[in-house]
Amino acid sequence: MNRIDKKFSDLRKNGRKALIAFFTAGDFGLTATKKFVIEFEQRGVDIIELGVPFSDPVADGPTIQSSSERSLKRGTRLKDIISLVGQLRKKTQIPIVLMGYYNPILKYGPARFISDCVKNGVDGAIIPDLPPEESGELTAAAKGRNFDIIFFLSPTSSLKRIKMVSGMTRGFIYYVSLTGITGARSSLPAGFAARVKLIKKTSDKPVCVGFGVSMPEQAKRISAVADGVIVGSAIVKQMEKNSSNKKFVKNVGNYVHKLAEATHQ
Amino acid sequence: MKLPDKKGHFGVFGGKYVPETLMAALEELEAEYSAAKNNRRFAEKFRYYLEAYAGRPSGLYFAEKLTKTLKGPKIYLKREDLLHTGSHKINNTLGQGLLTVRMGKKRIIAETGAGQHGVATATVAALFDLDCEVFMGEEDIRRQALNVFRMKLLGAKVTPVTSGSKTLKDAMNETMRDWVTNVRATHYCIGSVAGPHPFPMMVRDFQSVIGKETRRQILKAEGRLPDYLIACVGGGSNSMGLFYDFLDDRKVNFIGVEAAGKGLNTGLHAATLEKGDIGVLHGSKSYLLQDDFGQIKIAHSVSAGLDYPGVGPEHSFFKDAGRAKYVSATDTEALEAFRLLSETEGIIPALESSHAIAYLIKAAKKMKKSDLAVVCLSGRGDKDVDMVSQVLADKI
Repeated sequence: MNRIDKKFSDLRKNGRKALIAFFTAGDFGLTATKKFVIEFEQRGVDIIELGVPFSDPVADGPTIQSSSERSLKRGTRLKDIISLVGQLRKKTQIPIVLMGYYNPILKYGPARFISDCVKNGVDGAIIPDLPPEESGELTAAAKGRNFDIIFFLSPTSSLKRIKMVSGMTRGFIYYVSLTGITGARSSLPAGFAARVKLIKKTSDKPVCVGFGVSMPEQAKRISAVADGVIVGSAIVKQMEKNSSNKKFVKNVGNYVHKLAEATHQ
Repeated sequence: MKLPDKKGHFGVFGGKYVPETLMAALEELEAEYSAAKNNRRFAEKFRYYLEAYAGRPSGLYFAEKLTKTLKGPKIYLKREDLLHTGSHKINNTLGQGLLTVRMGKKRIIAETGAGQHGVATATVAALFDLDCEVFMGEEDIRRQALNVFRMKLLGAKVTPVTSGSKTLKDAMNETMRDWVTNVRATHYCIGSVAGPHPFPMMVRDFQSVIGKETRRQILKAEGRLPDYLIACVGGGSNSMGLFYDFLDDRKVNFIGVEAAGKGLNTGLHAATLEKGDIGVLHGSKSYLLQDDFGQIKIAHSVSAGLDYPGVGPEHSFFKDAGRAKYVSATDTEALEAFRLLSETEGIIPALESSHAIAYLIKAAKKMKKSDLAVVCLSGRGDKDVDMVSQVLADKI
């Protein structure tokens, strides 16, 4: 059983839901990235999503666009992120997936990408501009490997697509809570709970909900219906706010801890 | 075999590389377009607007003085510059505007570089009572002030894009973000043969009227098909529109002219097919200007309409299949062509179209005098006069 499946199985035994924390790798430097992964694990995060920066992030709002730009300015590259996970594996076994756009992966070479990821202990990939229809080359390379390609569902997905995606995704289903781009919002979209229930009725894969989640109260409401809560922009914002603070890592950890408590309740 | 295939692929190119939220909208559009295509009333309506509103057919003009000056092939100009709104872009926006109405969507959005597609979209939005928002890079807003005013006059909201290079690429990112947010009631009117399936196919079909007319007109004038079809390529809609009807006429040579900017070896150009390699951007797989790590490079061209690091997937297919040849012209060469056509024929071409003329200036002597060359004059140069006057002022 791979780390992601094991995580969901353990959580299920304890009747708990997963908190999945996203931030862009290399934003504020790769050393900070390592510290955040360790800190987040200690503060209750269940799965880490490391963003791979891209010049043209069409599914992202201003917060993640800026963090992606900052990381690229520091020269962060896909291979650095993969080997960073390799280094982290000496210290932690928390599930780590990469989230990034397809072009850098295509340029790296899909087969080489999967093989380097597996070698370094990366557990999977989430690629917002790669729907199942176009994923042939990558899923073929991942076949038989211990590596999850995680696909999305959205409020506009038809029942036919729900069935297809739940058949193809591995690890979990990433449910986008709203029609839109990433970014913290103060309220949850109406009807998200009904959609999650519909997906769960159709699929036996864990369903995790992301986009727009920023407050413990929202995390609590999501974890009441879904198997996991994904928070990204709000964490990046906390990093921006605290980046010149002496307790940079701790302070962001405090925020993440509140989200974890709300999710795990 | 007719391309694209069912999944929108032209060989290895094309496809639908978009977020899940947009997949339903693309499926809807595909179904709606395929129904409309086979609907006689839709075809009649489209033709009516092309003729009575946009001014088709556009003329095929024998450029006798330019022919004499260049001492090469016999040159014909396909006068898309004479259409309503000043460029070929109206062919596509009328088609997509009618589709938007058919789908019952009330809002239409578009990206624009030179502003020609933005103006053409704002125009059909006014005509068909649609709310319209056009995303335009801040840098292009500066370069194309006249078109910005035209869009506003037509009732469109023009939203400046300040991210990245502040040009067409970033305007397209921002339009995708709006679409993903408002997808249920909004149609994204892509202005080129680019983007996810079905756009490259649909825009090609709407623009193919250029080539269909050209065939009829050249047969009437010369009794035979042309040897060369020459057009500029940014995303590639006017060139695809001119080429497509001649696809099976193997003796008709297709020449696409990209923007070489300050020179192909300076890194400051937009010659995607000549200098790029295969990647995925804005919904499809195609040639791209990118670095070794798959980050998209910033394109450069004096012409805002060609200033784009990607290109339509079918052009990528044509390149690899050897069906079309892709060449380039620099900023300087395009400006020279801009002046030459104005002086010899009394026609001020758009800077984009000037690239096609510029290539002909270079290549004319290698062609035979008995050859026939058709150049797509995709747009008129009024919008560029202000900027060109700053560059050429001391030379005129």
